[in-house]
Amino acid sequence: MRALLFDNTKCIGCGLCMQACRTQNGLPETDAPDLNDKQFTVLKTTAGKHGEVNYRRLCMHCQEPTCASVCPVGALHKTATGPVLYNAEICLGCRYCIQACPFSVPRYEWNSLVPRVRKCTFCADRLAAGGINACAEACPAGATVAGEREALLREARARLAAEPDKYVPKIYGEHDAGGTSVLMLSSVPFSQLGLPDNLPAEPLSALTFRVLSKIPTFVCAGSFTMAGLWWLTNRKAEVARAEGGGAPRKGGRS
Amino acid sequence: MNRVRALFWRVVALAILAAGAYATWVRFTQGLGSATHLGDRYPWGLWIGFDILCGVGLAAGGFAITTAVYILHLERLRPIVRPTILTAFLGYVLVICALMVDLGKPWNIWRAIVWWNPHSVMFEVAWCVMLYTTVLALEFSPILFERLKWPRAVKVVKAVVVPLVGLGFILSTLHQSSLGSLYLILPTKLHPLWYSPLLPILFWLSAIAAGLAMVIFESGMSARAFGRALELDILQGVSKVMVLFLGIFLMTRFLDLGARGSLNAAFRFSGPGSYEAGMFWLEVALLALPMALVAIPRVRRNPQALFACSAIVVGGFLVNRLNVSTTGLDASSGYRYFPSWMEVAVTLSVVVVGLNVFRFAMRFLPVYVSGGHEVAKEDSRSAVYAQP
Repeated sequence: MRALLFDNTKCIGCGLCMQACRTQNGLPETDAPDLNDKQFTVLKTTAGKHGEVNYRRLCMHCQEPTCASVCPVGALHKTATGPVLYNAEICLGCRYCIQACPFSVPRYEWNSLVPRVRKCTFCADRLAAGGINACAEACPAGATVAGEREALLREARARLAAEPDKYVPKIYGEHDAGGTSVLMLSSVPFSQLGLPDNLPAEPLSALTFRVLSKIPTFVCAGSFTMAGLWWLTNRKAEVARAEGGGAPRKGGRS
Repeated sequence: MNRVRALFWRVVALAILAAGAYATWVRFTQGLGSATHLGDRYPWGLWIGFDILCGVGLAAGGFAITTAVYILHLERLRPIVRPTILTAFLGYVLVICALMVDLGKPWNIWRAIVWWNPHSVMFEVAWCVMLYTTVLALEFSPILFERLKWPRAVKVVKAVVVPLVGLGFILSTLHQSSLGSLYLILPTKLHPLWYSPLLPILFWLSAIAAGLAMVIFESGMSARAFGRALELDILQGVSKVMVLFLGIFLMTRFLDLGARGSLNAAFRFSGPGSYEAGMFWLEVALLALPMALVAIPRVRRNPQALFACSAIVVGGFLVNRLNVSTTGLDASSGYRYFPSWMEVAVTLSVVVVGLNVFRFAMRFLPVYVSGGHEVAKEDSRSAVYAQP
């Protein structure tokens, strides 16, 4: 499983990752301050203890993606190598993925008549050809590095252990919402980067599947209950008719 | 005077339909972005919150009343079965029409039949809509067949009506609850006053209460429009069940908020969170007040009071659904959503079309059956016609 590690203490804010992303995905130049349907990664700044902190936002490529779990037609899926990919062909445009993503990543082509969901592809094409993610390749400061997820987790743990004062003591994405393929280290609290710090360690899809998995039981039990109630009340009415010689039930017809 | 009022409402209805048609045209020629106030931070707005969540919920009278009559043999409710089925069927058809406007690529809707994702609540919703609309169409069909004088077709449907109603109960329960389950995936986004693991159960309970309120409300409406007497004895019985479900709903709601320690969020009367608290109490008031009033026998024996209370319950239900779908998401999205005039125009158009098709059906189809005998009654056609 491939992954990216972004360490905002190393980021120099040069923006080459954004440039490489545009080139890779054929996206136009823009100075939009946030992700949008033509910008799959963005470099932002926030105030830190020692001056400004540069940080990236992009699709986190969850281990068990919420977007993939909510899509009614399965237009989004997690690939074995790491990327979470989208199939515009079968998408209905219900936008549940945009609503459900805990990291608020997917963007929509709101002004298109054939709108697509747009987001980072984790450079799946490059990975398939044996390459690495364009943003990691472009990074001159080693802030974004690509590798195997386990190796990057070890690397992140080593950095936290070596310089504990520099970092918030957490690898974001190790466990959040079931874990992600984009891991982050930060000198400022992750909530300051727009990443929710209260996500459960289990995938969010567990919250809905707990209910969905009860449907077969409900359908069986419900059918038997319905049939039973019908038989019971029907019998009651028959008995009442036989005993009362066709006397009407309360307020009913004879 | 009546004629002036009728003309006034006709002009208003036409203006709404014209605006709705224009808005639909803009949506399909310039995209969702031009017609709505939706965006990446706010992907679902009025069309989901009102047209879908409220539309489906208000149709819940359909499965509640048919189950009571065909499964539980509560024969005295039989006279209101047909108007209730008509409302539910119409409601579902309109929900599907509204969905076609909201979906980004509505022509792909059929793909939910072929591409399955059983882990998705939206997949469950899609299947429930398709299957239950079919069930409702079949439940509705005898009304049409009677009008067309096809007795054999009527007989065929009547032979399977009990299992059909049972299936309707199961599909409806799944559908109503699944609309609540849609929001289970948003534990960090939906405000704690509305996020709850019990959302599916809360949605089911409130849908039944609102569905029954709708039965009373529309009986009152059609009594006014067609000069028929209100089936007050039946509606009183319905109103008691409505009170019961409102009571269970509100009790569950408060116990759940208390158990999760979220109740203090309801007492923020200034600063951030006060808007949510205010909307929460509006929702609770609009459901608790009519519940308390209808619980008093003297009130529910008064047709006007019963009618007004059921209208307030419908209002409270609308506030609840819009709270879950919009109010509760404002804070996390950082965007105070308010629908564009085009979104409002499309939604109002759906309501206007619904009211008029209902009125049309009441006039030309044997919806009201006399004295429990299921024969077509022609009197509705000659009934004094007043404005809707």
